[in-house]
Amino acid sequence: MFCKSILKNRAFTSSANRFLVQGANRQFGAMDLINYDLFDHKFTNDMEFRSSFDKLKCFRVLDEEGNVINKDYEGSIDDQTLQKMFKTMVMMNEADVVFNQAQRQSRISFYMTQLGEEAAGVGSAAGIKDHDLIFPQYREAGAFLWRGFSIQQMAHQLTGNVHDFGKGRQMPVHYGSNKHNIVTVSSPLCTQVPQASGAGYQFRISGQDRIAVTYFGEGAASEGDFHSALNFAATLRAQTMFFCRNNMYAISTPIDDQYAGDGIAVRGIAYGMPTIRVDGNDIFAIYNACKKGREMIIKEKRPVLIEAISYRVGDHSTSDFSQRYRDEKEMLKWKELLSKFKSPIHRLENYLLKRGLVKPEDSKQYRLEALNQVRDALKNANDQKKPSIDDMFNDVYDTVMPHLEDQRKQLKEHLKKYGEKYNLDTFQGGNAFANS
Amino acid sequence: MQQDMENFDFSDKLNVKELKLKNPQNLQKMNLCATIADALDIALKTDPSSVIFGEDVKFGGVFRCTQGLNEKYGTDRVFNTPLSEQGIAGFAIGLASSGANAIAEIQFADYIFPAFDQIVNEAAKYRYRSGNEFDCGKLTFRSPSGAVGHGALYHSQSPEAYFAHTPGLITVVPRSPVQAKGLLLSSIRNNNPVLFFEPKILYRIAEEEVPVEDYEIPLMKAEVLKEGTDLTIISWGTQLRQVRMAVAMAEKEFDVSCEIIDLRTIFPYDEETVLQSVKKTGKCIVTHEAPISGGFGAELAAKIQEKCFLHLEAPVRRVCGYDTPFPLVFETFYLPDRFKILEAIKETVKY
Ligand SMILES: Cc1ncc(C[n+]2csc(CCOP(=O)(O)OP(=O)(O)O)c2C)c(N)n1
Repeated sequence: MFCKSILKNRAFTSSANRFLVQGANRQFGAMDLINYDLFDHKFTNDMEFRSSFDKLKCFRVLDEEGNVINKDYEGSIDDQTLQKMFKTMVMMNEADVVFNQAQRQSRISFYMTQLGEEAAGVGSAAGIKDHDLIFPQYREAGAFLWRGFSIQQMAHQLTGNVHDFGKGRQMPVHYGSNKHNIVTVSSPLCTQVPQASGAGYQFRISGQDRIAVTYFGEGAASEGDFHSALNFAATLRAQTMFFCRNNMYAISTPIDDQYAGDGIAVRGIAYGMPTIRVDGNDIFAIYNACKKGREMIIKEKRPVLIEAISYRVGDHSTSDFSQRYRDEKEMLKWKELLSKFKSPIHRLENYLLKRGLVKPEDSKQYRLEALNQVRDALKNANDQKKPSIDDMFNDVYDTVMPHLEDQRKQLKEHLKKYGEKYNLDTFQGGNAFANS
Repeated sequence: MQQDMENFDFSDKLNVKELKLKNPQNLQKMNLCATIADALDIALKTDPSSVIFGEDVKFGGVFRCTQGLNEKYGTDRVFNTPLSEQGIAGFAIGLASSGANAIAEIQFADYIFPAFDQIVNEAAKYRYRSGNEFDCGKLTFRSPSGAVGHGALYHSQSPEAYFAHTPGLITVVPRSPVQAKGLLLSSIRNNNPVLFFEPKILYRIAEEEVPVEDYEIPLMKAEVLKEGTDLTIISWGTQLRQVRMAVAMAEKEFDVSCEIIDLRTIFPYDEETVLQSVKKTGKCIVTHEAPISGGFGAELAAKIQEKCFLHLEAPVRRVCGYDTPFPLVFETFYLPDRFKILEAIKETVKY
């Protein structure tokens, strides 16, 4: 029923789909559409091994100094959205600096910045819809901020206090929020990507105007899960957007140890989905690619892949010291190459200045406001209690099973005798737990 | 946790006989991380077929256990792989089955699961299914495991029981730098696939005088760390530190004499040493960080009751992690720490 109505709507008139025909007697292929193109082969007398084709170029709208070089997209983002983008990126940047420092001062146990990659999270979240379900990696806090997940909420998660939605169970930066349609971050790499294929499939078969968007690094894209995810989404026609942040490094591993082909984008094409490579430091390019990509996903009922090329400016995490594998001397060699990847904030700011949408003094003001807000949030978060000890045993299953009830009792018995050996006070109702 | 351990003396007497040392005077102070690097260096030096690889291995690894090796032996032998654990495992099996001595690193034991199929269905069964036509015995997986104080769900797990449950694999966990060097060299030179789980919290804080020479410590052999008469405590890895602290408290507090056994090879393990000890003491505690249900302590407890039933004067007691994922802020409650062990000692002795 569903697929017939789509055919009638002539959704499949794009050239890539011209061979799609509805099966007559047999029904096979996703949506019961036979893709004759795949069965049909042409022949040649030339023995030619192909190993390359033209390298995919990065789509960009703004140049390094924030000039619009592609006038078609000049008015593609309204002024209010542009201002919100700028403020959100500034906020993200200040938060990164403060939280990173806080880890050095042992106020939080771990942190990961998005320095230099602010446009990816913010621009993509702006280009899709707020009810689209995001499956993040960990360097997309900008998308959280864009959707209204507050700095305070971040600070609660980073300190693992009683207000953390994740109940203090996961390491810092493992944010997640049902209300904001962002699935909780998980440390094992790339596991979220095939999950986004499944969710995108569900959105199609239930007829929703909704997509699943998943983020991942070019390193994570080496995992088997990545390949399954793309193949599943393409063959099963999932409403899924794959957003790769290619920042040229996976911890110490540079991209030439990660792949020998043309990056990640080429894999999208290989698996049969519309794909674009964008300048990851150009928020105009990211926003427009995501907006257009989303339209295609909904209209054509197929996944899309976007590869955003950027550079990881900071350390991988607070556990990393990147000068070990890219010291200053080494980086001089890359100077020219990296000059193409000027801070996305700087680029948008220059554009906004030229348009008069921000004034020179605004930027300083935004930064100051953001800094104060982040500091207050962190202070407030640090003052809160840790979650209730009960929460160690909750949520393993939908209810606390008898064996866990038993273990909880054992812990209480233990704390009755040895309570003073643990910092019970720092936990919400900690003493009461031990004495109940 | 780290602080408690820093204030306690965990040093062992050098077992010159077991290590078959030629130069027992030639020692160097090293931490666990440095001894791993040292053992790997010796493996590369003594066996030209050996290769070392994994994520970020080339620059020295995120824990610095392969530091300096790439510079010394070149990128063909010490190299980065793309980021894929199933790739690393399959690739390692291919290397080992075709003439190399493959030493693969999985960056964290928590991330070994994408490689589970290759390890459990392939590496473990390579020899058996081919009628010994093929094997991948020259294969070692090293991986950091266990609690670190802030690792939460995915940087803390101790997955040894999953692998101990698989016929064809050897699973090893060292407790100290001296042990790590000898056990790792044995693992690398053993003709079966070995999983070598390194207690990552000890990388920096466990430091001792380590023999400079090339030496091995036999696999499948437990060690009695301390002799005692009333109670046997069996453990491995970091957890032995909790055991030693608990035993020190118990022996100071009341009249008890505990025997401590380091299992070292989790499977196939040294039944003889374990059973002999329990037959002598009549009481036993098994303790590990991993969740209690289905953990390797369960296998030991079952074996002990089967083989020592008439000698037992108390139920075999397990002091282990709870059956929950490993939680960040609740780590101190989750872990089977020295106070839980102390209490178990009291109850078992009193039983
Ligand atoms: C399955 C798995 N293997 C290894 C790791 C350890 N690890 C965490 S982040 C990372 C690098 C990821 O790089 P990339 O995907 O490119 O993202 P980036 O950090 O550059 O944003 C590694 C190896 C992990 N978390 N999960």
